[in-house]
Amino acid sequence: MTEVRQVTIIGSGPAGLTAAIYTARANLAPLVLEGEPSSTSDQPGGQLMLTTDVENFPGFPEGIMGPELMMNFRTQAARFGAQIETVKASRVDLSERPFKIWVGDTEAEPTYLSESIIISTGAQSLMLGLENEARLMGYGVSTCATCDGFFFRDQEIAVVGGGDSALEEAGFLTRFASKVTLIVRRDELRASKIMQDRALANDKIEILWNHRVTDVLGESKVASLTLENTQTGEPSSLDVSGMFVAIGHRPNTSLFEGQLDMKDNGYLVVEPGTTRTKIPGVFISGDVQDDYYRQAITAAGSGCMAAIDAERWLEAQHDA
Amino acid sequence: MGDAVTTLSEGSFDEEIAAGDEPVLVDFWAEWCGPCKMIAPVLDEIAGEQVGKLKIAKLNVDEAPEIARRFEVMSIPTLILFKDGEPAKRIVGAKGKAQLLEEIGEFL
Repeated sequence: MTEVRQVTIIGSGPAGLTAAIYTARANLAPLVLEGEPSSTSDQPGGQLMLTTDVENFPGFPEGIMGPELMMNFRTQAARFGAQIETVKASRVDLSERPFKIWVGDTEAEPTYLSESIIISTGAQSLMLGLENEARLMGYGVSTCATCDGFFFRDQEIAVVGGGDSALEEAGFLTRFASKVTLIVRRDELRASKIMQDRALANDKIEILWNHRVTDVLGESKVASLTLENTQTGEPSSLDVSGMFVAIGHRPNTSLFEGQLDMKDNGYLVVEPGTTRTKIPGVFISGDVQDDYYRQAITAAGSGCMAAIDAERWLEAQHDA
Repeated sequence: MGDAVTTLSEGSFDEEIAAGDEPVLVDFWAEWCGPCKMIAPVLDEIAGEQVGKLKIAKLNVDEAPEIARRFEVMSIPTLILFKDGEPAKRIVGAKGKAQLLEEIGEFL
């Protein structure tokens, strides 16, 4: 018979690993399903694995590299006895307790059983969804500016998007590229003031307002983009050897469809001010329930809340 | 780092990928690449399990940019499997263990 865990945490970004630190220190021996390696943000460590300097995480006055910060989170969770498995949940059944979790074959016996679950599966970057974008992935189309910027030294490249992540990527890429064209759908940027100021002051960044990408061209690697003016519909072409896309995120919630309440945009819903859900024993933290703040520190904060909610709920169960 | 994974350099690259009968899977990586760090332990594990059937080696693209350019690596991690010294299979992007083994299965 499979052992019944007290707490299982799905996800290993700032939310999941903070929940792991707290539940481990509360002697709940948490199991963390950290996910599988990938070059998207849906991977162990989450979105920060694809960033460079994190300048706004309190406690690091000089900043810290995203992957290093996440390795620190992980080491800290492991130090208190969290069991971290590099696997990805393929199915969960929240219909009765103990909850069931599968890894791999979803028709086999469940891999893990757990009294409570903390869901911290995060969000991942959206792509444009073009056929040629997928074909040229890794050949000029990149999901990871920090991984791939190095290969575009002295070349002209494009970044698609107008939010903070797009501007951060554009700024980072100017360390390598001779020119970065930022392709923005509207005539304004969604990004924060500080990021806008930096981008506008950067000589290597040119902003192409009111344009969207309709195709990515190139035989074996990216050669140019086909663009369309969003106001006039007029097509044009931009010669670049690389395209980095930062147009937003979608939550990783497919495992929970039909089991937990979701907003129209797919984000999971919690009871306001808590991490609780309509299913007792199921708690949610981090970006998977947050389409508004989406910061490492707010994710970590809600991971802590989920751990405390789970701990108190488990105590109440055992007292009953 | 496990001893099972060979560290390549610009100088030793050509010799190492041609040496021996087993295919060589080369991991193009760098210190600043988060996903590269996540697959390093996976490759260590595979190297330990496939001794004699597959050699796993790693090349730091920061230290050997010429070789990365020669094989047109534009994204890391990129894994290239060399058979008889020639590239036979290319895997771009970090993958989990099961998926990696499936992709290189025909060469084992």
